[in-house]
Amino acid sequence: MRPLTPKRIAWICAGLAAILFVIVVFSLEVGASPISVTDVVKTLLRGTAAMFTGNWGSIPPSNKLIVFGLRLPRIALAVLVGAALSVSGASFQALLRNPLADPYVLGVSSGAALGAIFSLAWFPHFAWTMQILAFVGALLTIAAVYFLGRRGGQLDSTTLLLAGIVAASFLSAIIMFLMTTLSGRDLRGMAFWLMGDLATPPALRLRFLFIILLIAIGAIYTTASDLNLILTGEREAHHLGVNVARVKLVVYVGASLLTGLAVSVSGAIGYVGLLIPHVVRMFFGSDYRLLIPASALGGAIAVTLADTLARTIVAPTELPVGAMTAAIGAPVFIYLLRRRLT
Amino acid sequence: MNSHEMAASNPSPGTLAGWVESRVRLVVEQASYAYSASGASAPNFTLGPVTFSARQREIVGILGPNASGKSTLLSVIAGEVKALSGRVELDGKPPADLPLRDRAQRIAIVHQESNLLFPLRVWEYVLQGRYPYGRRLRFENEADCLMAENALAQVGAAHLTDRRMDELSGGERQRVVLARALAQQPQLLLLDEPTRYLDIGGKVELMRRLRRLSEENRYTAVVVTHELNLAAEFFDAVVLLQGGKCVAAGKPEDVYRRDLLEEVFKTQLEVEKTATGRPRVILRGQEQQNDATQGDSADQKKESGGADKDLQ
Repeated sequence: MRPLTPKRIAWICAGLAAILFVIVVFSLEVGASPISVTDVVKTLLRGTAAMFTGNWGSIPPSNKLIVFGLRLPRIALAVLVGAALSVSGASFQALLRNPLADPYVLGVSSGAALGAIFSLAWFPHFAWTMQILAFVGALLTIAAVYFLGRRGGQLDSTTLLLAGIVAASFLSAIIMFLMTTLSGRDLRGMAFWLMGDLATPPALRLRFLFIILLIAIGAIYTTASDLNLILTGEREAHHLGVNVARVKLVVYVGASLLTGLAVSVSGAIGYVGLLIPHVVRMFFGSDYRLLIPASALGGAIAVTLADTLARTIVAPTELPVGAMTAAIGAPVFIYLLRRRLT
Repeated sequence: MNSHEMAASNPSPGTLAGWVESRVRLVVEQASYAYSASGASAPNFTLGPVTFSARQREIVGILGPNASGKSTLLSVIAGEVKALSGRVELDGKPPADLPLRDRAQRIAIVHQESNLLFPLRVWEYVLQGRYPYGRRLRFENEADCLMAENALAQVGAAHLTDRRMDELSGGERQRVVLARALAQQPQLLLLDEPTRYLDIGGKVELMRRLRRLSEENRYTAVVVTHELNLAAEFFDAVVLLQGGKCVAAGKPEDVYRRDLLEEVFKTQLEVEKTATGRPRVILRGQEQQNDATQGDSADQKKESGGADKDLQ
């Protein structure tokens, strides 16, 4: 008997954070303008110091531009989106008791994308409306899919996934309709964004987005013990003293917030929310007290890596990161699916 | 056997008052419940007024054909739903009025349909029983582990501790599920068809174990079952339901009347007394008469026949 301890969680997360750091440095290093790994690390360290001292003079301007001006914001966005998507995927998997659930499969990403496009079409000049409408879109979609996915009062896993797929295609139809109303200049950017794209910096300060991310993940984390019990069945969890209705409310809102956040800054990136929690489970087990932080870091690692590949593999052109995650994710998904069935 | 002495010491057999004594734990008095599709429509199913009570260490069986309201009665006792009329009290308090976590410290429920989404280790599963005893977001301490180890030892499953839940056989799984309920340290243990996926040897072993555990842990147990003969052999009292109505309640020897059972189960039966004075039900008529000592009814054999299909 080896119960999970906060110490073990801290060790595993520290390990994952170290891997993430290595990947971030690697990602900062590769690209069109050459910069060495030593310069990257030096610039990062001096930059961190400069945040406190205000002495930016010690950094060569070109290095400063490449690291802090061009690459780091995009990497930070990848970290944000990866963490948000995989935690929301892990949450949906527990709540819907369905290992194949994730914001993309359930149509929640499409709902968020529709919300974001509404805001672009109608309120292009307000900061926050994009995030708020994406969140509302995500929340409405998961509510609709949840009710459509029930059969005879019971959540049926096949019906649920079909409801998600139907919702996604219906919402995509509306998105296509809205896109025809856009002018040609916006269209290519929009199409790119829909496939999942980290090239466009968000209109908002990254630090606000990270605060929302941490609040949403923190709120979901407070229910980690409850989610472990909900995995064995809502009724059993109820019998063991879990306030299932409260947990569901907190986690649905939190996961929708994370999906809305991710989609509003990066479009619909698939497979991250589905696969990362599975991979983490394979290594560290399915205890949500560990799974949530480990998935957040794992998702950050995966999307950072995928985006680095997406912007270097066919350089000087860039692929949308969503195309990258789908190209890698789909075969992995098929593999996991077949392994489950046998 | 202890249970027999307890039953034999009963002053006035045949009446409820006979086995209701001062140290009564669970009281179900004229409790009824009704399901309906919506608030306004007529109820689809009505559970009857049901009256019985149980003391510490007593095991009560809920018997009856399919769709007779057994599980509904269990839900009412568990406090999952509130009785529409009458009263249900555990140590003087209605379970439905208890806060969820208090209730989970007093009442443990064992269902059969627990299927796990992701494979857990046995010890992880049993530790879940400690959930009601801590903060919402919690990490198990040594006392919790000790409790879980004890619970596993009590059900004879200590050797399974590190196995994965999805690798267990039906009988092993059953014991682990029971261990989690014991880790809750309940005063009232409710079991919904615990013998469903077990063979005859496993059924008898489980009943013996329930009997022994109720002595050791001093809880009261209420068991929904189709096993008429095992219930007669091992339980202190039975409640017989039919179509949502309670047709009889009391000691098995008083409830097991041939005409009553034939009417309830729509089968020709015979009731005889075993050497211990407990009733035994035998199928009458067809050629099956010879193996009747092993099973209770043809219907039930069919159910236990599918033994391992849900184990995966």
